[in-house]
Amino acid sequence: MLIIDCPYCGKRPEIEFSYGGQAHIARPVQPADYDDEQWTGFLYMRSNERGMRAERWRHVRGCGRFFNALRDTTTDQFHGSYKVGEPRP
Amino acid sequence: MTRQRFSALSLFLRGLSRHRSWQIQWRKPTPKPAYDAVIVGGGGHGLGAAYYLAAEHGMTNIAVLEKSWIGGGNTGRNTTIIRSNYLFDESAALYDHSVKLWEDLAQVLNYNVMFSPRGVMMLAHTVHDMQSAQRHIHANRCNGVDNEWLTPEQAKEFCPALNIGSNIRYPVLGAALQRRGGTARHDAVAWGYARAADALGVDIIENCEVTGMIRDPSGAIAGLETSRGEIRTRKVGVSAAGNTSVVMRLAGVDLPLESYPLQALVSEPIKPVFPCVVMSNTVHAYISQSDKGELVIGAGTDAYTSYTQRGALHINNHTLDAICELFPMFRRMRMLRNWGGIVDVTPDRSPIIAKTPVPGLYVNCGWGTGGFKATPGSAHVFAWTIARDEPHPINAAFNIERFREGRLIGEAAAAAVAH
Repeated sequence: MLIIDCPYCGKRPEIEFSYGGQAHIARPVQPADYDDEQWTGFLYMRSNERGMRAERWRHVRGCGRFFNALRDTTTDQFHGSYKVGEPRP
Repeated sequence: MTRQRFSALSLFLRGLSRHRSWQIQWRKPTPKPAYDAVIVGGGGHGLGAAYYLAAEHGMTNIAVLEKSWIGGGNTGRNTTIIRSNYLFDESAALYDHSVKLWEDLAQVLNYNVMFSPRGVMMLAHTVHDMQSAQRHIHANRCNGVDNEWLTPEQAKEFCPALNIGSNIRYPVLGAALQRRGGTARHDAVAWGYARAADALGVDIIENCEVTGMIRDPSGAIAGLETSRGEIRTRKVGVSAAGNTSVVMRLAGVDLPLESYPLQALVSEPIKPVFPCVVMSNTVHAYISQSDKGELVIGAGTDAYTSYTQRGALHINNHTLDAICELFPMFRRMRMLRNWGGIVDVTPDRSPIIAKTPVPGLYVNCGWGTGGFKATPGSAHVFAWTIARDEPHPINAAFNIERFREGRLIGEAAAAAVAH
């Protein structure tokens, strides 16, 4: 089980969290201006990187807040977490 | 290269000479500088595609590149369940094509893949489950796929170990049974395809990782850079399961895939007690018994993407809770091993078997949590796609463009593993 560092509550076991997928996917500012390629990218295309990944987690059975974390997908080791709105370190 | 035929008689006769006269089953060739086509990924799907390219399309100057050993990825890590009770027409055609190929695969390959159509029973625990299961049954019947509804009593008759009492959290309200479904020996599928392909001249090259894709000035595929040198070819078929995103990015192709760990576990071996395959989406348990006697149990995917080929223990615990409630006789069983495989999941839980924007590059991926059952059918239509540079009618709908065009084939309910 992973130990995840919530920026608000500290280190807690994985079962307190739910996963939110890839981080930093910006919602379209003007959805009507998006063409099919852009919608495909927004809805379906994901980075799926083998290596360091920025992803969203929610401390659903704790403070309830979303945050972002960096994790190496080849080891599952976390390399820090940060609040929503902050840039990727 | 002629191969020894396997048969009961040959087993007996070679037993008389203490089994010292068996040939190797496939060569260990060094890569040639050029091939007519190269398959990347030596699992069941890749080896099968190579076999059908050689056997049905006359392409024998081809190679399969595997970065590790053949059958060591998801082919050797799944729970070997075979069924075709998928909801949509496109899926039913694809998965039933596969089940039909399973039925005589051992004869075709002269390799005992131990296909055992012992019946796959999917349990319903809620009203929604019952409605969903019956919708699948009706859709399957319209597509010529056998599937029937069982009452709890009939389900218990089919699988005597099942607890249909009302004393559990999610009592069994009924079940959908596909009698043509079952299991097969996973390693034997990889080995059987490898042996049969090798006999037709296919080079199976293990410990050979693809590190780059060579393109000609027009952008088409011209070859591969590998850990064992450069290989020139005009056709590359990628069948790399959980690592498909990584391999395809070498050619600059992004795919709508995410790679998750999926776990399974086996118990200590016991005498034959479990005659069928039972699956439950709702409480997340699926279980069968191998011919070796182990209970083979499938757990869920972890929540997060990963390439580690392992997952969290609480995922297995959750499945074992469900197994113990549905089959109280297994409560004191000890589990022997658990492991994880990396499955590439698409947004609609259906695979992609298609041409790509790069000429000469083909991809077979997105099998998610249910690729083993599809091995022969997937390999068969992928070989067709590579050989003819156009999809077989069965895989035409499983293209990449469907995500842009909104023609998704949503099989999350039939995929059976909770994502």
